[in-house]
Amino acid sequence: MKPLIATAVFAILMMFAALTVKEKKSFTHFAAILMLGLVGLNVWELADYNRLLASAQASPDLFGKMLRVDNYALWFNVLMSSCSFFYILLVGRSIEKVGVHVGEYYALHFFILCGVFLLSTYNNLLILFLGIEILSIPQYILSGSDKRNLKSSEASLKYFLMGAFSTGILLMGIVLLYGAMGTFDIHGFNFYATGTLNIMGVVGVLFMLVALGFKVSAAPMHFWTPDVYDGSPTPFTAFMATIVKVSVFFAFMRLFMEGFANLDPYWKVTVLGTITVLTLLIGNITAVYQQSVKRMLAYSSIAQAGFMMFVVIGSNAMAMKGMIIYAVAYTLATVGIFGVLLKLKDYTYDGFNGLAKKHPFLALIASICLMSLAGIPLTAGFFAKWFVIAAALEQPGTFWLVIFALVMAAVSLYYYFKVIMAMYFKTGEPELITPVTTMDKVVMAIIGSAVIVFGIAPDMLLAWI
Amino acid sequence: MSLILLLVIPLITGLASFAFRKAQAVKAWALFGSLLTLVVAALSLCGIKEQTHTISYTWLPTLGASFALQGSVTALLMTLLTAIVFPLTLLAQWNKDIEQPHRFYGLMLLAQAGLMGVFLAHDLLLFYFFWELALIPVYFLAGQWGDKDRIKSSFKFFVYTFLGSLLMLGGLIYLYLQTPNGNFDYDTILATGAALPMAVQNTLFVLFFIAFGIKMPIFPLHSWQAGAYEQTLTPVTIVLSALMVKMGLFGVIKWLYPVFPSGTEQFGNIIMILALIGIIYGSMLAIVQKDIKRLIAYSSLAHVGLMIMGIFADTHNASVGVVAQMFNHGITITGLWLVVDMIERRYGTRNMNELGGLAGAAPQMTIALVVITFSSIALPLTNGFVGEFLLFLGIFESTNPNHIIYMAIAGLGIILGAIYMLNMVQKVAYGNKKEMAIADMSMNERLSIYLILAVIIILGVYPNLLLQLL
Repeated sequence: MKPLIATAVFAILMMFAALTVKEKKSFTHFAAILMLGLVGLNVWELADYNRLLASAQASPDLFGKMLRVDNYALWFNVLMSSCSFFYILLVGRSIEKVGVHVGEYYALHFFILCGVFLLSTYNNLLILFLGIEILSIPQYILSGSDKRNLKSSEASLKYFLMGAFSTGILLMGIVLLYGAMGTFDIHGFNFYATGTLNIMGVVGVLFMLVALGFKVSAAPMHFWTPDVYDGSPTPFTAFMATIVKVSVFFAFMRLFMEGFANLDPYWKVTVLGTITVLTLLIGNITAVYQQSVKRMLAYSSIAQAGFMMFVVIGSNAMAMKGMIIYAVAYTLATVGIFGVLLKLKDYTYDGFNGLAKKHPFLALIASICLMSLAGIPLTAGFFAKWFVIAAALEQPGTFWLVIFALVMAAVSLYYYFKVIMAMYFKTGEPELITPVTTMDKVVMAIIGSAVIVFGIAPDMLLAWI
Repeated sequence: MSLILLLVIPLITGLASFAFRKAQAVKAWALFGSLLTLVVAALSLCGIKEQTHTISYTWLPTLGASFALQGSVTALLMTLLTAIVFPLTLLAQWNKDIEQPHRFYGLMLLAQAGLMGVFLAHDLLLFYFFWELALIPVYFLAGQWGDKDRIKSSFKFFVYTFLGSLLMLGGLIYLYLQTPNGNFDYDTILATGAALPMAVQNTLFVLFFIAFGIKMPIFPLHSWQAGAYEQTLTPVTIVLSALMVKMGLFGVIKWLYPVFPSGTEQFGNIIMILALIGIIYGSMLAIVQKDIKRLIAYSSLAHVGLMIMGIFADTHNASVGVVAQMFNHGITITGLWLVVDMIERRYGTRNMNELGGLAGAAPQMTIALVVITFSSIALPLTNGFVGEFLLFLGIFESTNPNHIIYMAIAGLGIILGAIYMLNMVQKVAYGNKKEMAIADMSMNERLSIYLILAVIIILGVYPNLLLQLL
């Protein structure tokens, strides 16, 4: 449990660093080093766990069965902390510009990662609740951190009020489940213990479904997403839309796969299927009408959430693979496109006009990332879609749901390629607000090539499963 | 080995093209690369008599996908067509100045690599990969260079074909999940597809067919075609019409027809009727066009319709005819586009009503236009005749209860074809003379066009050269 403790320690270190460090730039360097350390700790943990497990010295259950570690969760932690590392390298400059409390911003990121690690290893609904809260509260602060911007404050307030409600609902669901099952342990649920369906338990499931659906912005619990993502300072939007969202999905999938395994498939196929259809429809159709690329990406994150719902519907071995690949593909591509967006002055589509002529490298990276989001072969996004669709299709009765999702993926081409068309086929004078440094280029090149490498050999991501 | 070279040469030369800065250098490089591919393609077709080459490497062990290529006769003929069309196009277009030439030629060669992959792939996932990869460079080519409505028309083309591909993807994953131990191997796919219950086969058949049908295109999925052909630069139009069309037909021959036998039985007749509608409808539209490019686009709809009918006629002669006609149509239409482009560059218009008197001003070009037109309307002694004759024979022999009616209606297509093509020649070559001195074909254009004419006439007089392979 070294990384989990480290996140909290690093966060506190970052906060105290604010007392001594004056230079804004130093915070970014410090945070990047700490994040690299976190990646190292995660890798160590993964290697160590396997060694101990081989010699039968380790048990997967920790803290009295509160947490349960396995290769799968530890590998997910490695990937998420690595993505966070690249995120800091790419948007660190922009974080410095958000406001004066740079140290605190980074500290909050580490706190969020603490929540992420709890969500990936929880074995108990209380830890799930703790993880969700640790993950959410720093986000409320981050989204309002641009204090002089009215939209940022609005985003923060909106997110906080609605998030508080959803937390209440989540707690209600946990309580109902506890009442019905007599345990918080997710492996201890049996919905048919008395021979008939446990109604109170199912109501608890529904409550939890609503709350988790809110956190991953699944329709019809998605209304906060566009305003919050649009209003928040752009670098933080990139973090909230990627690492935070996929981590909650990870928890969501584990809950349905391990906790609610013996629930009738009806709940997965019909109830979750309905939510998926709504999410895909609303996300994609509304994204088409956006004028600002940032807002479009907010809706696109809803649309992508629709695809990620497939891992929850599937809840099988294929879904576990799909979860990892989708998480990485979606995170890398979204961070990459936000990295480009942060360089531009104008966030509308017209702001991208003629980018390929003036800054061919930025345009290339943005195109690779957008194609990955659209799921075109040779990018990681293709295999991400491939695995989640295969996961869903293994669940009987989902064929037409998948066909619907694929039609919606064709709709998504419209808004993703609108950016590519602006960059390559139109002419204009795009203005940059910050120059593209060598560091930016290196990180973008890493992200771009990672997207392509994982698009040819997704097996690399499944090495530890 | 030669199969890998067919993929790798265009890929490497294409990627290297992006590094060039001088227009002449990149043109020479692209021509060199495509000639190299042509040599390899020709050699591998010559070597086929001994055995069919299949190679297979592990690609994604967890999924059961492998990097498997197979050079069957049909596949190698299509790669040869691809390999012939590129150097001829580049040669004929040598004097044309294109903005950002390094990007243009790089994307062209990447498109060639994708096309080669589609024809050679022997693994379903690999096939799907290349199917999409061929599309991406062509989309960028169509969107970045061309007439003023290009962005709209190329996007329409892209969305159409991508939607089809996605539907195929759904079917593909479903099919994959039915294979015994998760495998994309061609033989496994064949066995699995045929063993599926009829209702499932029919659904999957439709999903796959939409993808292929959009690419061909078949009526009523054709509405992207005319705009995309019209708005793009000639080399891109050639890739679209001579080669990408064949992707759809090839997909049906290799990945649809044998995989879902029950679906084929169920929908074969409907598809033949759709193809018939395409023949008549395409011809009618071609008759009323003023723009030569649009005219050829619609005529392509008619020609492809006949080939689709040949596939679903399910007789030996028809299947030989389809492959022969796929090859010949590719050669003919390439020649046609090249000549039209020469005319357009000299007169500055493609509108037939504004053209005239080409025969007096440029006799060589006129001869080329006339011969290629003859091939297009399938006159005997041209290569177009061979394929269409076999197709008609095959449709006539078909066990379909309506085969004679089908053949008769399809035969109307030839008559209509003669009407619009000869009308076009008459207006362009003769008609009211234009007071404008134009240069006849230049050296490079002559070389390219004469080679095409040679293929047209040699295969027309001695078709056995082609047919003995099939």
